[in-house]
Amino acid sequence: MRLKTFVWLCLLPLAVVVLAFFVLPMVRLMIVGGSGPQGLAAYAAILTEPRYRATLINTVVLAAGTTIVALVVATVAGLFLQRTRFLGRSVLVAMLTFPLAFPGVVVGFMIILLAGRQGLIGDLTLRVLGEKVVFAYTIQGLFLGYLYFSIPRVILTIMAAVEKLDPSLEEAARALGAGPWAVHRDVILPALGPAFVASGAIAFATAMGAFGTAFTLATNIDVLPMLIYTEFTLSANIAISAALSVGLGLVAWAVLALARSFGGNSVAAAG
Amino acid sequence: MRDRLIFAGQLLFTLLVAAFLIVPAALSMLAGVTANYFRGISSGFTLQWIVQVWDLYADTIGRSFLIAGATLVVTLLIGIPAAYGLYVRGGRLARAIEEIITLPLAIPGLAIALALLLTYNGFSDFRRSWLFILAGHVVFTLPFMVRSVMAIFSAIDVKTLDESASSLGASPLRRFLDVIVPNARPGILAGSLMVVTLSLGEFNLTWMLHTPLTKTLPVGLADSYASMRLEVASAYTLVFFCMIIPLLIAMQMFATWGEASGVRK
Repeated sequence: MRLKTFVWLCLLPLAVVVLAFFVLPMVRLMIVGGSGPQGLAAYAAILTEPRYRATLINTVVLAAGTTIVALVVATVAGLFLQRTRFLGRSVLVAMLTFPLAFPGVVVGFMIILLAGRQGLIGDLTLRVLGEKVVFAYTIQGLFLGYLYFSIPRVILTIMAAVEKLDPSLEEAARALGAGPWAVHRDVILPALGPAFVASGAIAFATAMGAFGTAFTLATNIDVLPMLIYTEFTLSANIAISAALSVGLGLVAWAVLALARSFGGNSVAAAG
Repeated sequence: MRDRLIFAGQLLFTLLVAAFLIVPAALSMLAGVTANYFRGISSGFTLQWIVQVWDLYADTIGRSFLIAGATLVVTLLIGIPAAYGLYVRGGRLARAIEEIITLPLAIPGLAIALALLLTYNGFSDFRRSWLFILAGHVVFTLPFMVRSVMAIFSAIDVKTLDESASSLGASPLRRFLDVIVPNARPGILAGSLMVVTLSLGEFNLTWMLHTPLTKTLPVGLADSYASMRLEVASAYTLVFFCMIIPLLIAMQMFATWGEASGVRK
């Protein structure tokens, strides 16, 4: 058997499985999205239908907010962890990255334990303020959940980028009389720019498509994945839910493609 | 003095972030073995919730292991040859194929699940069996295996190895089995750990693809979060943690290989 034939044989099972269980289904999804009672207009419904549009805006704002806060938090913590060596540092890094393997539903449950009726925050506020603060099932709770799964992802990327910074640039800045703030503002943060774009895009795309966390917490909140889910299962609006998920998939893919052009990792995975 | 203050401030901030992530996980482990979480630890420790989880959800735990194991076998059988084929072939076509198989990482699981449902709804036997979930898990985890193995191929210069074996007269199949696969072991191991961890925790696809008779552990978890008392939900989560923590530790031990392959979740 010649090498060329063997290489094709190696690729054959992959081709069969990916075609049957990914490519053809996605094509079918796109066709179904355009073949409901509204026809191709279903694809525009996300913008034309007020309820869908409100959900889209809601989701984008939530995902953008998550991205910005996760970036700020991860930059402060990531710079610190990569730049300083102290006892227990590796344990701290392990703690910060441990939740990467949590499915979205488990993340939702973590928020219930923090901010639910029997949660830690409610318990503490009852003792201190005399009033129980419960917000697990509100947009704030959902935001906290999105932060929970975004922070570890972003921290990893930022730490890797900090490690690759050229220390001689900072030394030069300091030698020229720049204070610590000026060094951060003019040297370190601009150098981390690509990492911000890459990890920010991953955080944004993951938050846009997060289903598990929303499924646990967003019983009364409209976010895009929950809208798709309810349209499909409860309203049997198959064409609309197909069109909406094609739109969601395109947005997530486009954002991640952008991230990758900045040298990031395109792995978004669950949430 | 100023430096110490800055250090203390950053440390405190980082500790707070770590607490935000770890405290709820610790609380859930604790709640799973506490007799009455509302009354606190003073109510005593118990294994009754774990027993109850076993009675209610043992089938989901078994099925999750079955699906994760099957996903691993399929991704090994498809992924290793595919990684070899893509690496040896190279060029634009290989890059395009790699691009396509990596798409399921970018597209939300919900969309892929809908697509599978719309395509295979007519095949009711397949649709109702656990094999339907397996198909979803394979699509989702395959890119991790392929990329992990491909990264090893470029790290160890497998082309030279392959050529020397070839010059000694070995056939492509022999070379693949006797030279390529053994040398790719670290990448195969890293990919396998990733595939099993992802499959055990997969919810977004599985929730849409499951039937009442094909529930997996994460599906059961969602069930228990919505309808069970906090202690049972916590005990169930504790079982899940016990399943994935050894995998995470193993992954950490091979972290250098993981980083080399650029595979991260």
